[in-house]
Amino acid sequence: SRWPLLKNSEYSTDRALLTPPELVKNYTNYYEFSFNKEDSTELAQNLPTDNWRLEVGGEVEKPGHYDLEEILRQHSPREYIYRFRCVEGWSMVIPWVGFPLADLLKQVKPLSGAKFVKFTAVHAPDSMPKQRIDAMLDWPYVEALRIDEAVHPLTILAVGMYGDVLPKQNGAAVRLVVPWKYGFKSIKAVVKIELLRKAPMTTWHGFAPTEYGFYANVNPSVPHPRWSQYSERRLGSGFFTPRRKTELYNGYGEQVAALYGDMDLRHFY
Amino acid sequence: MWFRINNTWIVISIGCLLPLFVLLWDIVGDNLGSNPIQAIHIRLGDWSLRFLCLTLAITPLQTMTKWRGMAEYRQMLGMYAFFYATLHVLGYLFVDHAASWNLIAIDIAQSSYIWMGVIAYIIVLLLALTSPKSAKKRLGKNWKKLHRLIYYAAAAAVMHYFWQLKGNMFQPLFYLTIVVFLLGFRVLVWFKNRQLAKLMLPKGRAISLGEGE
Repeated sequence: SRWPLLKNSEYSTDRALLTPPELVKNYTNYYEFSFNKEDSTELAQNLPTDNWRLEVGGEVEKPGHYDLEEILRQHSPREYIYRFRCVEGWSMVIPWVGFPLADLLKQVKPLSGAKFVKFTAVHAPDSMPKQRIDAMLDWPYVEALRIDEAVHPLTILAVGMYGDVLPKQNGAAVRLVVPWKYGFKSIKAVVKIELLRKAPMTTWHGFAPTEYGFYANVNPSVPHPRWSQYSERRLGSGFFTPRRKTELYNGYGEQVAALYGDMDLRHFY
Repeated sequence: MWFRINNTWIVISIGCLLPLFVLLWDIVGDNLGSNPIQAIHIRLGDWSLRFLCLTLAITPLQTMTKWRGMAEYRQMLGMYAFFYATLHVLGYLFVDHAASWNLIAIDIAQSSYIWMGVIAYIIVLLLALTSPKSAKKRLGKNWKKLHRLIYYAAAAAVMHYFWQLKGNMFQPLFYLTIVVFLLGFRVLVWFKNRQLAKLMLPKGRAISLGEGE
């Protein structure tokens, strides 16, 4: 394992709940490779992830290209055991290895005009079949957070899971993890981070604006227009184990509810 | 007994049950991936829709090939569509939701794609219940009218498929194409019959749809 002595984050949930790693590694929505969750496991191995660089730009004092290895030397990773809830109604508990996004943002010194953070995933049509044929979504994949969400201590950039480097199908070399939002916000294989004055259009929101909002906070009382979000199937739970009730903000309400004050969550879904 | 038992009957029955045996084999062998409950669910739903399409395909095939041997198996294929749909529904209620009725009620109330599934299932259930010869006799003329609801069941089942996906529509589009083709064929035959009837009254004889001459 790459990080034998990882410190555990204070935000980690119970280790006893961990989803078996094989399930996490073979069930991914990685539409750049395949629309089939099982197929991206093998297809993603074609993506080159060595010597990964992150471009940081926009409203910052120190824009530039940063070596991921160099970043990791300055912000040593810790383990974050987070619940992960997909908008499709399944969930997992994953021990990510990563560091707070806030640490990187502090390093590049955001300017006062920075109100949103935009993330762009890798564009690699040579190794990503669905990008090659321009299928379904606008590529590359784009996600974004409000600046206060981005610097929240729960928001991390993950470079590993289960104590080892991140498998390619799970978003290597580096991905975002925002545990209180639906999984599609946690963009994989990030190559560019931009700080912006205005909210950018994001991939799923642009694809179906009424179904996938900018916020995408996990919320049992705001159903998807075509299906309920009231309950979820935790993967790895046995046959005849009932689905569990979905928690508001995926159970991180104590930490993040203040970000949304008295916002109407039905409107800002 | 609804069917004449012969070799063809046995072969077709085994063929129709094969998907179930393969599924049981995959359950026992833990061969269903990270989300086995959903995998079972999708597989049973797929087979139900496939048998519905096969059932609808019998009449066009007969009309085109003039081969009359297939009609008696149409009922059987329809019953297998019902059989897999029933397993699909039971799996939803007793496996995925472990008979937790509160969760089920909220899930159905909030999920429009499930309403389509419910419509399709109620129709298929109704048709299965009125499938025996005795019911057919009792219903008389209304039987045929009732059993035309199968078109609505097929349409609802395809909608049920469409509405649960995030965007990759390849598989529901495949079924939609088949269902449109199968229904379109009937519209064509109906249209042709009408033309014939107009032209050839009173001597004209329509092409028979379904029941043998």
